[in-house]
Amino acid sequence: MRLTPLFTTFAILLTIALSISKVQASPVDTYEFRDEVTKIRFQELSKELRCPKCQNQNLADSNSPIAADLRKELYELLQQGKADIEIVNFMVDRYGEFVLYRPRVSTLTYVLWFGPAVLILLGLIVVVVIVRRKPIAKKDLELTAEQQDKLDSLINDK
Amino acid sequence: MNKLIRFLPLILVIALGVVLYRGLSLNPQDMPSALVGKTLPNFELLTLKNKANKVTQTDVTGDIVLINVWATWCPTCKYEHPYLVDIAKNPQVTLYGLNYKDDRAAAQQWLKTYEDPYVFSIFDEEGTLGLDLGVYGAPETFVIDHKGIIRKRFAGAIDTRVWRTEFEPLIAQLIEEKKQGK
Repeated sequence: MRLTPLFTTFAILLTIALSISKVQASPVDTYEFRDEVTKIRFQELSKELRCPKCQNQNLADSNSPIAADLRKELYELLQQGKADIEIVNFMVDRYGEFVLYRPRVSTLTYVLWFGPAVLILLGLIVVVVIVRRKPIAKKDLELTAEQQDKLDSLINDK
Repeated sequence: MNKLIRFLPLILVIALGVVLYRGLSLNPQDMPSALVGKTLPNFELLTLKNKANKVTQTDVTGDIVLINVWATWCPTCKYEHPYLVDIAKNPQVTLYGLNYKDDRAAAQQWLKTYEDPYVFSIFDEEGTLGLDLGVYGAPETFVIDHKGIIRKRFAGAIDTRVWRTEFEPLIAQLIEEKKQGK
């Protein structure tokens, strides 16, 4: 097939444009996974693990060099066939409990884990106590015969 | 009893305020290293100056050791450098460098330009030892006792004030421990 120069130029420009947009849209690094499950595990773990440098981002979000390094390490550990728990332990051994966005239950994190439930429970108890406290007795609200007579006379007496 | 209950919300709010106010002055970057109390990880790397010179963890243990993580891409390392030169003159500690994810030629040039405070620098181009040490930036400084146990990790620049408050007491303690042969 013979291509006109104009068409060739257009094709080249289009290819360049597409490749640029592809670079911009792709994530920081691209890894080839041996199967879909590993890929999902990689994505899940890089969301769960926190970047030690930029503390409000997870490994998946962060552009910092250390996050890129840890993503690479995570990828390599997955390729070696390590279990999730082994990978998490590997990271915790080096960077501390800090790297876990979902901290483990320990004496240090009891308040964190159970605090909200305890607070809700306390709130419920307070509500229940207030609702049940001294229900205003109906007897006190009823009018005595005398008061009723007076009321009647007031209403009827016009 | 009833009166006390009436003040309970106020007391709770004040307590919460105190906790949150304290939180304002905490440094979130100040994290204890997961490695404090553990032995220095095993490694086998080359030195910065000599590509043929292989070093391992045994080459940097025995004395009271400081391992300073540095790189030429790190501006704070430049600020810290003169203080390291001072520390190198201190006979109580042995200062090694860990050149972290750096370019060999640039790092060698740095040491020529600014004076080399280190006994030697380990060249960790890939950051593998850095990873095992839980390094997430530079500069960082590790204190290792005479038995090769990591006793402290300090992230950030060392200067005179930091040295006095963060390092001197620990080093005095380590010297004491070494004397007693603990």
